[in-house]
Amino acid sequence: MKIVIINYGAGNIQSIRFAIERLGYEAVLSNDVEEIKSADKVIFPGVGEASSAMKMLKATGLDAVIPTLTQPVLGICLGMQLMCNYSEEGDTKGLGIFNVDVKRFENIVKVPQIGWNQIKGLGSKVFNDVKEGAYMYLVHSYYAPITKETIATTEYGVQYSTALQKDNFYGLQFHPEKSSTDGAKILNNFLNM
Amino acid sequence: MLAKRIVPCLDIKNGRTVKGVNFVDLRDAGDPVELAKKYAETGADELVFLDISATEERRRTLVNLVRDVAAQVNIPFTVGGGISSVEDVDILLQNGADKVSINSSAVKRPELVNELAQKFGSQCVVVAIDAKQIDGDWVVHLVGGKVPTDLNLFDWAKEVEQRGAGEILFTSMNNDGTKDGFANEALARLSEELNIPIIASGGAGNVQHFIDTFKYGKSDAALAASVFHFQEIEIPDLKQELKKEGIPVRV
Repeated sequence: MKIVIINYGAGNIQSIRFAIERLGYEAVLSNDVEEIKSADKVIFPGVGEASSAMKMLKATGLDAVIPTLTQPVLGICLGMQLMCNYSEEGDTKGLGIFNVDVKRFENIVKVPQIGWNQIKGLGSKVFNDVKEGAYMYLVHSYYAPITKETIATTEYGVQYSTALQKDNFYGLQFHPEKSSTDGAKILNNFLNM
Repeated sequence: MLAKRIVPCLDIKNGRTVKGVNFVDLRDAGDPVELAKKYAETGADELVFLDISATEERRRTLVNLVRDVAAQVNIPFTVGGGISSVEDVDILLQNGADKVSINSSAVKRPELVNELAQKFGSQCVVVAIDAKQIDGDWVVHLVGGKVPTDLNLFDWAKEVEQRGAGEILFTSMNNDGTKDGFANEALARLSEELNIPIIASGGAGNVQHFIDTFKYGKSDAALAASVFHFQEIEIPDLKQELKKEGIPVRV
């Protein structure tokens, strides 16, 4: 199986690669369009600020390529947010895969949310063997509201989408690579789609 | 519900853990990777590695350690100690650290907080503050609490929040090493005056101290070293007790 992690300069991609290696697979880091198109599974990571990450994506032409991919694609954290229509962070137009606009948490809660929170309403086979209410590690200031593409929700001052799915595209707000054994299960489920 | 975090802290010197780690069931308790894996397996929510080496080799040794931890440990970790530039942070994050903690370097050059937040995002910038209460005032100290500054804890914490810090790690020098409990009054005030997570440090001696810092200190996370390293408190037991008290924890 060929797993490609999109390497466009945003975020902690070593951790994802190591998590995949712990599951017994190898992953390639790449920003090459042909290499990404030929992969069996594509992981789209991202940590940092939305508008600068989007600029880096545009600089490599990947903004046009990602929405056309047909194999399973997994966006993580900012990667998931960039797959949405729009983000309030840096007034950023997204890739438009998920039909939802990303908003900032209101100041009724501490921002960023940092730590372990529960995922509920699990509605996808990517959550096979993961219990309702399992804890996942999250670090973020912006969130995707609930939409018809929501496959898991979390509560932090507001109920929001911690996971989204549309066709072959999956998005996780939490970090499966940092979420202990349950996170590893989710990553493994995705790799076995 | 967002869980309160339990954070063991490992002091590292020349790539090895120091400060009398005494784990009976570990082959090599001086190996930070082995200890980190043990903590991750027993339910630690996060780890902090504080590098106290002062050799020429320190940076290379620390980068290798970060890489080994990232390869083998499946929970987030923060690295601190001697970090003073964007370049220092870049190499640690590239090798798999989730967050960095800065202390003296932020006091000496507060713009560093802005630079790190802009380049890497607030979520990976922890500002550690050591403070001592002197005649009622909380005074920020440097060099492990030895050197007083002109800064007040609350003013400095607010300033670094505005500059882009994602979390505050507050160590009370009055409480550190006493095993008498955390500085909950000051912690609660930090939580009320700031809108970023606060990690309590200094004073953990028993389970009740953790209950108190989450209930009365309004802390988001609690850090401790010796009570965990000497197995005076086992993390699974601690979490069960916190849960009984109605404190949200990941079990």
